[in-house]
Amino acid sequence: MAVDMRLPTVKSPPVSVLDRKDLVVPGDVITSDTGFMRGHGTYVDEDKLTASVAGKVQRVDKLICVRPLKTRFNGEVGDVVVGRITEVQQKRWKVETNSRLDSVLLLSSVNLPGGELRRRSAEDELTMREYLHEGDLISAEVQSVFSDGALSLHTRSLKYGKLGQGVLVQLSPSLIKRQKTHFHNLPCGASIILGNNGFVWLYPTPGQQEEEAGGFYTSLEPVSLSDREVISRLRNCLLALAAHKMLLYDTSVLYCYESSLQHQVKDVLKPEVMEEIVMLTQQKLLEQES
Amino acid sequence: MAGLELLSDQGYRLDGRKAAELRKVQARMGVFAQADGSAYLEQGNTKALAVVYGPHEMRGSRSRALHDRAVINCQYSMATFSTAERKRRPHGDRKSTEMSLHLKQTFEAAVMTQLFPRSQIDIYVKILQSDGGNYSVCVNAATLAVINAGIPMRDYVCACTVGFVDETPLADLCYAEESGGVSSLALALLPRGGQIALLQMDARLHQDHLESLIEAAMTACKGVSKVLDEVVRQHLQEASVLTRE
Repeated sequence: MAVDMRLPTVKSPPVSVLDRKDLVVPGDVITSDTGFMRGHGTYVDEDKLTASVAGKVQRVDKLICVRPLKTRFNGEVGDVVVGRITEVQQKRWKVETNSRLDSVLLLSSVNLPGGELRRRSAEDELTMREYLHEGDLISAEVQSVFSDGALSLHTRSLKYGKLGQGVLVQLSPSLIKRQKTHFHNLPCGASIILGNNGFVWLYPTPGQQEEEAGGFYTSLEPVSLSDREVISRLRNCLLALAAHKMLLYDTSVLYCYESSLQHQVKDVLKPEVMEEIVMLTQQKLLEQES
Repeated sequence: MAGLELLSDQGYRLDGRKAAELRKVQARMGVFAQADGSAYLEQGNTKALAVVYGPHEMRGSRSRALHDRAVINCQYSMATFSTAERKRRPHGDRKSTEMSLHLKQTFEAAVMTQLFPRSQIDIYVKILQSDGGNYSVCVNAATLAVINAGIPMRDYVCACTVGFVDETPLADLCYAEESGGVSSLALALLPRGGQIALLQMDARLHQDHLESLIEAAMTACKGVSKVLDEVVRQHLQEASVLTRE
């Protein structure tokens, strides 16, 4: 077995140690002017607006918020999420979505097999576990946000529903770029769901026949070796982009995939290769912009 | 007094420090990718690793959930190799349960739990090498981890142990001093407001000396907070340079 070793590298000191005014730490007074409104990440202590998290100050008119570098997912209506079922309750599923509380998927907000306008009977309640049981992965959209911050999801569209064979990559939610669509069929032969909650699902591009079952059909056909290789390469590319804090969207993922083609799939995870392909990706993105 | 002289006539301690001098503090934030927040902190030869998960849904017993704020769950443990004598330390022995409870009380005073109703925040701290002041090193490491996780706090929590020898308070005790029969006091402080999050003393001390001892502890805590502040700001700079914002 080949063993790969590298010496510990010295972390390079930051390029510019400027004292940036917009970066605050907990306890820092942002302003003592009472004319401002208190947003997320701040609190009022003796009439002074004080930061409660470490991050960047954002000011919109009179509202001041502090955005931390890294947090859990704060869902908004319309966000696409990928999540895992943790519990089956009466008339609802509980879904783990990297949020502060588990999200809720109501029985009335899923498409059951057999038509859109079917009544949900007591029988459906009893057979809920047949549709989705604990541990299943789903893709869904945020329908509403409860007062305590928990999310209510829905899968009332054929593009949402249970996920079959593929690979889940868990990343930080702040790395996902908000876009019109988060479902992409990449030209390299695989498809990707970039969940706003930082969960990314990679799967072989489906054929046409599975549209009928309303999102509950999962194909158990073996996936060809070439497809699996493409998916593994995409996964490693995602990890490389995330390690360098690059925003993830279809173009950046695709460019990264293209720049990684000269390396073996497993080599993409090596730090020096990661750095190289991320540099190439950045270059391609810049060229495309200009 | 034990055989060792804890404070020499010239005013130096066993390891060559002055009475009010702290040990060297080194720290790093974000050492694990999977956890929500993590930090590693060395204070002299005491080394601790802290990991934070949450806020997330209550796991285990749902009944412990509070409808108006988050529950903080702390777990303190020591590595088998952390002390001079190698020893297996089973989970939940009396010493570590007590320490977990103290950590929990400390962080309940600082973390703004009321923002996360019905959820839970896990703080796990492990001592990798023990050379005195375990509680304070744990608190300092956990503070960095909580900040790294982006959980709102009123202020940093900084902790320090202080001992009392020959009418002089000694800041940041090491193991040799701690085991030398000094009456010591552990204090966790929110430095900006000067509020005390936890104060603990198991030894005997004359009432008249208490005030000066607390005063010395607060000064030491403020010293620690300066170092932590530098670490956090450095980390912020580096991370924001990476994201090119």
